[in-house]
Amino acid sequence: MLDYREPNEIPEEFRHLVSERALRGETMLLNMGPQHPSTHGVLRLLLELDGEIIVNCIPDIGFLHTGIEKNMEAKRYQQAEVMTDRIDYMNNAMNNLVYCLALEKLTELDVPLRAQGIRVIVAELTRLSSHLLWLGTSGLDLGAMSIFMYAFRERELILDMLEMISGQRMMTTYIRPGGLWRDVPVEFEDTLRNFIKIMPGRIAEYRGLLEKNPIFRDRTISIGVINEEECIRWGITGPILRATGRAYDLRKVRPYSGYEQYDFEIPTHDGGDIFGRYFVRVNEMLQSVRILEQALDKLPYGPVRSTNRKYVPPPRAELGVSMEALIHHFKLWTEGFKPPVGSVYTAVEGSHGELGVFMESNGSPKPMRVHFNTPSFINLQMLPLLTRGRFVADVVGIIASIDIVLGDCDR
Amino acid sequence: MGLEQKAGDMGIVTARLEDVVNWARTRAMWPALFGLACCAIEMMAAQAANYDMSRFGMELMRASPRQSDLMFVAGRVTNKMGPVLRRLYNQMPDPKWVISMGDCASCGGVFNNYAIFQGVDEVVPVDVYVAGCPPRPEALFHAVITLHEKVKREKLTKYA
Amino acid sequence: MSEEKLHAAVQAMSERFEAEVEVFRGETTLFLAAEKMPAAAAALRDEFGFDNLLDASALDYWPETPDLGRFHVFYQLFSMQHYAMLRLRTRLDNANPTMPTLTGVYPNANWKEREMWDMFGITFEDHPDPRRILMPYDWEGHPLRKDYPLGYEEIQFTFNFDEINQRKPNAKGLR
Repeated sequence: MLDYREPNEIPEEFRHLVSERALRGETMLLNMGPQHPSTHGVLRLLLELDGEIIVNCIPDIGFLHTGIEKNMEAKRYQQAEVMTDRIDYMNNAMNNLVYCLALEKLTELDVPLRAQGIRVIVAELTRLSSHLLWLGTSGLDLGAMSIFMYAFRERELILDMLEMISGQRMMTTYIRPGGLWRDVPVEFEDTLRNFIKIMPGRIAEYRGLLEKNPIFRDRTISIGVINEEECIRWGITGPILRATGRAYDLRKVRPYSGYEQYDFEIPTHDGGDIFGRYFVRVNEMLQSVRILEQALDKLPYGPVRSTNRKYVPPPRAELGVSMEALIHHFKLWTEGFKPPVGSVYTAVEGSHGELGVFMESNGSPKPMRVHFNTPSFINLQMLPLLTRGRFVADVVGIIASIDIVLGDCDR
Repeated sequence: MGLEQKAGDMGIVTARLEDVVNWARTRAMWPALFGLACCAIEMMAAQAANYDMSRFGMELMRASPRQSDLMFVAGRVTNKMGPVLRRLYNQMPDPKWVISMGDCASCGGVFNNYAIFQGVDEVVPVDVYVAGCPPRPEALFHAVITLHEKVKREKLTKYA
Repeated sequence: MSEEKLHAAVQAMSERFEAEVEVFRGETTLFLAAEKMPAAAAALRDEFGFDNLLDASALDYWPETPDLGRFHVFYQLFSMQHYAMLRLRTRLDNANPTMPTLTGVYPNANWKEREMWDMFGITFEDHPDPRRILMPYDWEGHPLRKDYPLGYEEIQFTFNFDEINQRKPNAKGLR
């Protein structure tokens, strides 16, 4: 890579994307490079500018491509789950959840009801933590620094709870095929109830900090507008689609893991702009707290992992007394389990949109193909649509409102 | 009959120049903003109010590498990002230090494949390695304190 | 309601475009020939309301059996009006894996097909922007193919200590 390049030289790979005016030198090409304080990760944007107005915006991704899908084909199913945490590192448990749901659909494994309830609790906690981080960093991008500190204060409470149940703050791998890794400890319920009690007040605090602020309103209302038909044409799901007025949420349309029994609303807004997406996400946080409360109230007693020993290892106490348990343990640890041949597609409502997994198995203990359908990859495609004709200063706000995570985008 | 005994009550302290320079360098190192992946989230958590990084003078993360002394390489470095990392490191003025945060930056971590550098020390020289996936904010502070101890032992002729 | 719409669509597809139908775990997959994909997708979008492309990717079956085809490309479609899911799948052979692009029917297939080119080497005719998306632009090879090595670094024991250390010129520690 050269350290010096001739001015006005456009690299070969972009020549067909920039307009004629750039080649003549009328418009300027500005590189919002991979290291930038506001691009939420390593995203490179090539902006074609006519003064301050953006003529075109070309996203360049791949700076965080980790080769997770290929690496998962070299590991067994249980080992490959560890890598799923790191795909969308803001809502870790949802990646685990969708992988386990796909595996359970493929192998027709049963999940006990207590495990389903706790899965919902962990998923909603990670959705809250992802939205809190989004709120903090997008406030930071738009100039409001104190909201960052407030949002992280709550996020620490959530991470403490995740550490209590699994030992790890972020990459928990708590949701395993057949249920969960282990049951929640005794202190978890009281901590969660305390959290549920204080959270709505805190969310009201954030809204009080931002919503009536004239600078925030000027920077977000009627900026980055997209309407519903374009969203559906471009395959956008998640809070962006809900901010255009369409109440589409996978937890209601294709419910999974017991979401049918909980009563919650789908917040929408019909502006389609940055303010609409902010509004939808903040209200989603309130609905998540509601779901947490209902899930905790309705949580039944019982086992937390399936007893199908072909896929789920036996507890260690059994190994001393039962020969079959020893054999199952041995086979699972040395060879791994072998799902039936076939392919499935499962999706959950992640905090950024629809997070899906396409899993194909050829009967061997290693997955033949695992493909993650990640929302950030799809949502980033429409960035040129949203930024054409806008000022450079709006780009930061628009990227913050789409809420992309580059690990999710590049895998 | 040293200088301090004569003039000590006037508020004069004597020390070696090396010690003073090293002490000053540790007291407010400005980090360059180089969060790549999941470890960046823990770096941000270390900066937030619960675990406060401004105790070390580091609350201000400079976006431009020309204004920073310390680079936390937080996250996994891929083939496409490697030259960018080296370019940014070259732009930082001396004295500069690198803390490699997390397993992926130190040794490749969970990912042992074609796309990830197996340790960022294939690209830049590293002073302190922090283990963890992601490391807790307390582990990050331990790394910062270790770096401070290392800086206090440096010789003046290193950057002269 | 969505079941009947799905059934009607599947019936029409299998008659018009000679698609083989496969149902597994409640999901319907239609196997089509590669040239018929854009027409089939356009028909599904306009007449049956499958207006959303959720996912598109490829699989590699190397070393393949003769009737399987080395690459399979699948498109996961969803109908926002009737809430029905359908998968379209084609087989491509090893020698020259090309197929027409679906960018005209679903605009968000643009980046998905670029990723398929990058990872598998499947070319799409008339694609508006055929260049690599995830790997560096001058990378050679297509990583997700099964005959591409994983590229892992061996564990550093004493017998290969120096060999691996040569690749880390900046490591200042134990040498």
